[in-house]
Amino acid sequence: MSGGSYYVPATSRWPILASLALGLMMVGTGTWLVHGSIGSLIMLAGLVAILAIMALWFRDVIRESMDGLYDSQMDRSFRWGMAWFIFSEVMFFAAFFGALFYVRTFALPWLDGEGAKGVTALLWPDFTASWPLLNPPDPSIQGPEHILDPWKLPLINTLLLVTSSITLTFSHEALKKGDRYGAHTWLVVTVLFGAVFICIQGIEYYEAWVHLGLTLQAGIYGSTFFMLTGFHGLHVIIGTIILFTLLQRVKKGHFDAHNHFAFEAGAWYWHFVDVVWIGLFLFVYVF
Amino acid sequence: MASLPPKHRLQQGSADAVGGSDTHHDRPRGIMRWVLTTNHKEIGTLYLLFSLLMFMIGGVFALVVRAELFQPGLQLVQPEFFNQMTTMHGLIMVFGAVMPAFVGLANWMVPLQIGAPDMALPRLNNFSFWLLPVAFTLLLSTLIMPGGAPNFGWTFYAPLSTTYAPPSTTYFILSLHIAGISSILGAINIIATILNLRAPGMRLMDMTLFVWTWLITAFLLIAVMPVLAGVVTMMLMDINFGTSFFNAAGGGDPVLFQHLFWFFGHPEVYIMILPAFGIVSVIIPTFARKRLFGYASMVYATASIAILSFMVWAHHMFVVGLPLVAELFFMYSTMLIAVPTGVKVFNWIATLFRGSITFEPAMLFAIAFVVLFTIGGFSGLMLAISPADFQYHDTYFVVAHFHYVLVPGAIFSIMAAVYYWLPKWTGHYPHLRLSQWHFWLSIIGVNLTFFPMHFSGLAGMPRRIPDYSLQFADFNMISSVGAFMFGLSQLLFVVIVFMCVRGGKKAPAKAWDGAEDLEWTVPSPAPLHTFEHPPQYRPVEH
Repeated sequence: MSGGSYYVPATSRWPILASLALGLMMVGTGTWLVHGSIGSLIMLAGLVAILAIMALWFRDVIRESMDGLYDSQMDRSFRWGMAWFIFSEVMFFAAFFGALFYVRTFALPWLDGEGAKGVTALLWPDFTASWPLLNPPDPSIQGPEHILDPWKLPLINTLLLVTSSITLTFSHEALKKGDRYGAHTWLVVTVLFGAVFICIQGIEYYEAWVHLGLTLQAGIYGSTFFMLTGFHGLHVIIGTIILFTLLQRVKKGHFDAHNHFAFEAGAWYWHFVDVVWIGLFLFVYVF
Repeated sequence: MASLPPKHRLQQGSADAVGGSDTHHDRPRGIMRWVLTTNHKEIGTLYLLFSLLMFMIGGVFALVVRAELFQPGLQLVQPEFFNQMTTMHGLIMVFGAVMPAFVGLANWMVPLQIGAPDMALPRLNNFSFWLLPVAFTLLLSTLIMPGGAPNFGWTFYAPLSTTYAPPSTTYFILSLHIAGISSILGAINIIATILNLRAPGMRLMDMTLFVWTWLITAFLLIAVMPVLAGVVTMMLMDINFGTSFFNAAGGGDPVLFQHLFWFFGHPEVYIMILPAFGIVSVIIPTFARKRLFGYASMVYATASIAILSFMVWAHHMFVVGLPLVAELFFMYSTMLIAVPTGVKVFNWIATLFRGSITFEPAMLFAIAFVVLFTIGGFSGLMLAISPADFQYHDTYFVVAHFHYVLVPGAIFSIMAAVYYWLPKWTGHYPHLRLSQWHFWLSIIGVNLTFFPMHFSGLAGMPRRIPDYSLQFADFNMISSVGAFMFGLSQLLFVVIVFMCVRGGKKAPAKAWDGAEDLEWTVPSPAPLHTFEHPPQYRPVEH
């Protein structure tokens, strides 16, 4: 760009309020975990405050965008911001995948006496490494009785999520052609797929926890299973909320064929969540 | 000496440099001005002041440690409290002092050096800053909680930090989450600013080394802070929800913690040194009145160090029982880092070679950086030798090593940056005589503190223990005297900064004779809004 001046946004009270709300939620979480009592209420209050502030903050940004205050440079800043944010999310999941691979490849075989690390096998001489780990080394920890069959609910969820990425692309293509009705319809389908995925995941969790004895406390298999699928599920919920919001904006005609970065950012996020699920399906459920 | 030909055609006083007025938004007054600000200069100032406060608090914790270690035996504090002090000192200095100081410098100087009006995402910038006081209030509040503050060392190894941890650990984890969010958002902002808001005409290879090193540092932050978030989340789950990540009884592994932690932790130490490299690479050419020697090789060396930083983490874990092949891999990959680091040191010295050097306070700190950081680098090479590390591990030799790279390394570079840019920030030069006193007291204090630790460490004194064998008494006494000397002389630094804000010798726009970068084209003190109209940057080809 040349000649034009940069857009410098006005001051805002949302950042400081969001900081305080996050602090409140963390204090509440800590109090709840350490002392129980009223901590959970403080945590919930903080959470509600954060959600409200985010809604208001985004509302301001949407208004400024609709007022045409953002130029192409601001648009590029948003793009870089979203892209690097998703990269940070990738690295967050990488930590949990790393833990999974480390345990499966190194920690469990070593506990079983493999290789030069045989000395750790002295801890529990009767332990036999296996994956999924149904019998944790120490008898004080009750392993799961069974694990979930990947070719039932998880397969359905895989198909749902992959299809939802495709329908979202249809929606985007329609938007780019200026076909608001098409964009709207395909986005509704995508949101529904997301919602159904969350429900199925809930059913699966119930099944695992109640009937299979697969819990957070069931040794390392339960730990990795629930943390990976749990954080993924949380991201699906967030993604569905994002897509639902975008749906309202499509309805209101906020987007035109060229200018719809909010839609694209939501789509990037959704595809990212989809890719993580494929990793999960392969390495948590199937192999 | 003849002045250098200009680096770019954007000279001081040109109409491009400063534009617009301060009238376009209603500005809140008083305290709310600072609470609500979206201005990169004000947020930069907030970061720097916050960092200074944390530096003082973390310093007091260090002095508690050094006071206890003045003599063998237990004199002043209980061992439990001693452990809390070593832990909190490390956490506060790493996450509260060094990192925010560099982010503050980036906030102030990156937009000025690339000709941008502000950061790319100014409200996010405000959010990133104000998360920090929240996080560190929470962290410091653990000191008054039942069971005391975290006491397992700043590396918080499981199971010390899970099974055997005080109840406050949960709060510590949550405060680290907040600080982590702040770092990630801040890094996203910096990276978006550098990639998107450079003055038209400025290519990546026209940027100053400070901007380059921050671009790469921001990448490192975005890559590894989420891993830290992941590992502390696993701790939180192990402590509160009965998962088995770091519990071998359930099939997990405490060593897994160390792998995850150091996968974050090693890039983290480069996060604390790469911007320092950038600062020194900007200051040395200014006061040597020469172009930086080997600009392109500096950029590539920085990138190489960043890439290598992801492949060396287990050199912190040589004694944990790694397979032999891992010991060898991590030993050699660690030694490789000496190559790009050597390139940098060579380039700094080559820049000084036959320069027309003057020793302003910023330059004194920068030269001290080159010498003393190199000492820290060499002791790092010694530690990289896996079989030798079996002797050095967890001794004061390690403490000497990383304090040499962090105090006369990172901290000295921050001091150098403050002395270098104070005229731009305040419009006044810092008091020369006092600054020189500050430098000499600091450099004597720092070496007195940390040099003897090499010897006590090689002789076998373990770190993080409040008592020690009589043979280490002399070295420890010297260290403690040096620590108090260094610590007290930092009060002088606070006085100098305060005086400089209040008044002093007026500085022109180009405050230093040999300074050529874009920030010296705007007035001193820099007005609240600079480069509101993008300046046309035209590099001069040579």
